[in-house]
Amino acid sequence: MAAILEVKGLSAWYGQSRALFDLDLTIEQGGVTALLGANGAGKTTSLRAICNMVRRTGTTILDGADISRKSTEDIVRLGVAHVPEGRGTFVGLSVEENLRLAFHIRRDRKAAERDIEKVFAYFPRLKERIHQQAGTLSGGEQQMLAVARALMLAPRLMLLDEPSFGLAPLIVQEIFRILRRINEDEKVSMLIVEQNAALALELADNVYLLETGKVVMSGPSAMVKDDETLRKAYLGY
Amino acid sequence: MAALARSWATKPGIGRVALLFWFGLAILPLVGSVWDSPSFDYYLFMGQSMLIYAISVLGLNLLIGFNGQISLGHSAFFAVGAYTAAILMNFGGIPYWATLPVAAVVCFGAGFMFGFPALKLEGHYLALATFTLAIAVPQLLKHKSIAGWTGGVGGLLLDKPDPPFGLPLSADQWLYYLCLAVAMLLFWIVFNMLRGRSGRALMAIRDHAMAAGTMGIDTALYKTVAFGISAGITGVAGALSAITIAYVAPDSFTLQLSISFLVGLVVGGIASLPGCMIGGAFIVVVQNSSQSISDWMKETFSLRYDVPAWAIYGTLLLLLMFFLPNGIAGGVVAVRGWLARKFR
Amino acid sequence: MEFFVQQIASGLTSGAIYACVALGLVMIYVSTDHINFAQGEMAMFATYLAWSMIDAGVPYWVAFGSTILVAFFSGLFIQRVILKPLETAPVLALVVCFIALLSIFNALAGMIWSFTIKQFPSPFPRVDIFGNGLVSAQQIGVVAVTLVMLAILTVFFRYTTLGLAMRAAAQNAASARLMGVRVSWMLALGWGLASGIGAIAGMLVAPIVFLDPNMMTGILVYGFAGALVGGIANPMGAVAGGFIVGVLENLVGSYIIGNELKLSFALIMVVGVLLLKPAGIFGRVIVRRV
Repeated sequence: MAAILEVKGLSAWYGQSRALFDLDLTIEQGGVTALLGANGAGKTTSLRAICNMVRRTGTTILDGADISRKSTEDIVRLGVAHVPEGRGTFVGLSVEENLRLAFHIRRDRKAAERDIEKVFAYFPRLKERIHQQAGTLSGGEQQMLAVARALMLAPRLMLLDEPSFGLAPLIVQEIFRILRRINEDEKVSMLIVEQNAALALELADNVYLLETGKVVMSGPSAMVKDDETLRKAYLGY
Repeated sequence: MAALARSWATKPGIGRVALLFWFGLAILPLVGSVWDSPSFDYYLFMGQSMLIYAISVLGLNLLIGFNGQISLGHSAFFAVGAYTAAILMNFGGIPYWATLPVAAVVCFGAGFMFGFPALKLEGHYLALATFTLAIAVPQLLKHKSIAGWTGGVGGLLLDKPDPPFGLPLSADQWLYYLCLAVAMLLFWIVFNMLRGRSGRALMAIRDHAMAAGTMGIDTALYKTVAFGISAGITGVAGALSAITIAYVAPDSFTLQLSISFLVGLVVGGIASLPGCMIGGAFIVVVQNSSQSISDWMKETFSLRYDVPAWAIYGTLLLLLMFFLPNGIAGGVVAVRGWLARKFR
Repeated sequence: MEFFVQQIASGLTSGAIYACVALGLVMIYVSTDHINFAQGEMAMFATYLAWSMIDAGVPYWVAFGSTILVAFFSGLFIQRVILKPLETAPVLALVVCFIALLSIFNALAGMIWSFTIKQFPSPFPRVDIFGNGLVSAQQIGVVAVTLVMLAILTVFFRYTTLGLAMRAAAQNAASARLMGVRVSWMLALGWGLASGIGAIAGMLVAPIVFLDPNMMTGILVYGFAGALVGGIANPMGAVAGGFIVGVLENLVGSYIIGNELKLSFALIMVVGVLLLKPAGIFGRVIVRRV
């Protein structure tokens, strides 16, 4: 399979302190890749660095095109949808407005209108709350809204930052089921950052293990799942 | 900024430079006895103005630079000081020197009172409230109900005082020394205040009010008192200006006066005491040479119009914010540090 | 009674102008959290441009429209060139910049057009519209222009994706960026709109107070009062606040304190609202992070 995103020698800084050290990642076309690791391992930073939201060096190649020096907005416009940590809800806008925001960058207005219906098919709960202020949604619904918003950008690649964060197990399972369907039906490649390793391993084809800003191991998720010492050492279960 | 303030306020050795500086200022008027020129009195008057502006900027700097409260309304306190002096001299028959402490107390009171609403306002909002104050004051001073005291739109004309004890000085020489003495006293007081416990408290509040509060600093008290002292100092400058110009009128105390103070503050250097002197001198120099600057600019850039002083002020403010945010004093510190590193 | 109705009518007229100024202030406040002290002087400057055009024989409404456009692009330009580099600067630096802009525009206007007052034409006749000496066509016209502008802005922000993108950028800049919105251009657009709205305010007020470089100083203070009364983060509230302040100012001025103290009344309103109800009558309380 071809790679949709290739990351080479990615390093990132917060002020003076370095958070990532020469990261190499390959995200396969149509696949789901998980980025696992403990708190502070640099998972969120990796996603931010890919989108140029932090000071960074190294190259990122999206589908053969170098996007290392592009602005966050342009990277998004090239088809990378980032579902941020904390969900990034526009609390003062309605659910519908949150989704329609994508129309700002989409030229194919008709397809976009169809996408709204499609998104509502994935997340019927959001359709029920279409005119509600997004700030009044529950945490799970806001997470769904964040994924739905990203989906409205018609992305080639989705970067998901801890979609399970702070949510009840049932909701988390629902969201992960929907993510799988999106991956299969829409052919959207995904890079997912998770604390909940067991769940992510279920969804992902490939895994990267991060520790203090460096990749310590990578490979197919089945391998990690079956290797108990590895799981115990890095994932704590 | 904090580091800068510390280095100016407490560095040993700065005392010698400061002493030399003040001594230099003190012998300046004596040039008049050697160089007999009719324009010398005018230069002395400029010197008085520079000292008065320096004192005003000192007051403003104490508030903005060292305590982090933005005021665009110090023209109001300057006005209160000026009118206090003028009214006392005109109606109370009080000698001019005795009006200075009264102006200080009255303006301290006014500033302290304004400090209470200011407590609840921060940043842009405080700037907004004080901006409104600056705009409202001239109209207030013209109001007919107090015109009996303030002279209304026409203002009050005063007598220029003569030197006391038969000193062999001209009136302008004497007033210059008066301004100089007051300036030295106020700078000395502020210098000592900032060097001690209360100075640290003021700067702590500026840098992080909440953290300062948890350290046991009574932030509300310090901030209101700082507002009071700041207004008091600027008020003394106002009183001095009434005495030296021998005239007060509402339209001298507009927002533009506040902006002049701000220009002095930014040009000299935020949170810098020597910066106040630089700033004060700068304001007067630009005001007095705006015509020649304008002529020069017309010549060089072949402009069709006169360039007013305010355009120069404004452009300078912008440039400073971009290239020298800590003003001339900050620039001097930076250059000195760079030289020290370079030739170690 | 007749006098009272006249006062209300002229209060609404000045209220419409304060509403425009307030709306411009809100536009900038919402997108950047700044209070633009140069708003009034920018409006004044734009009004002089209009005056020059009309003086050169350009028809009124053509001059009106082109002035708004020029003001819009100048606002955009000022944000891009002067304020964008200071995005992370402390409040004091920004206040200094606004004061600098205020001084520059004031001085430039005086330099180009001199400080003598000028007559500015009004597109609306000063005729008595109902034949009872109470309300003039001029007053109706000013209020109508303000309301039309408010309607256009409402449609823009509520029903266009660009307006939506601006609101999103103002609410959550980081997240808006992740939706592909060019946030810093949205801020510039906010400045452009504010500047355009200010130009309208200037052109509406100039026939009433005469054109001179200091004409907006007092009006800006009332604009501030209006914006604060209505809630400085709320466009509709700001317009309502502008009208409220206009009417109050006239009533208080003619019945209680007299016209000489109107500016002090504005000061009391500004400080009062900031202290007692910082979010304004219609505003929401905004919780601030520490």
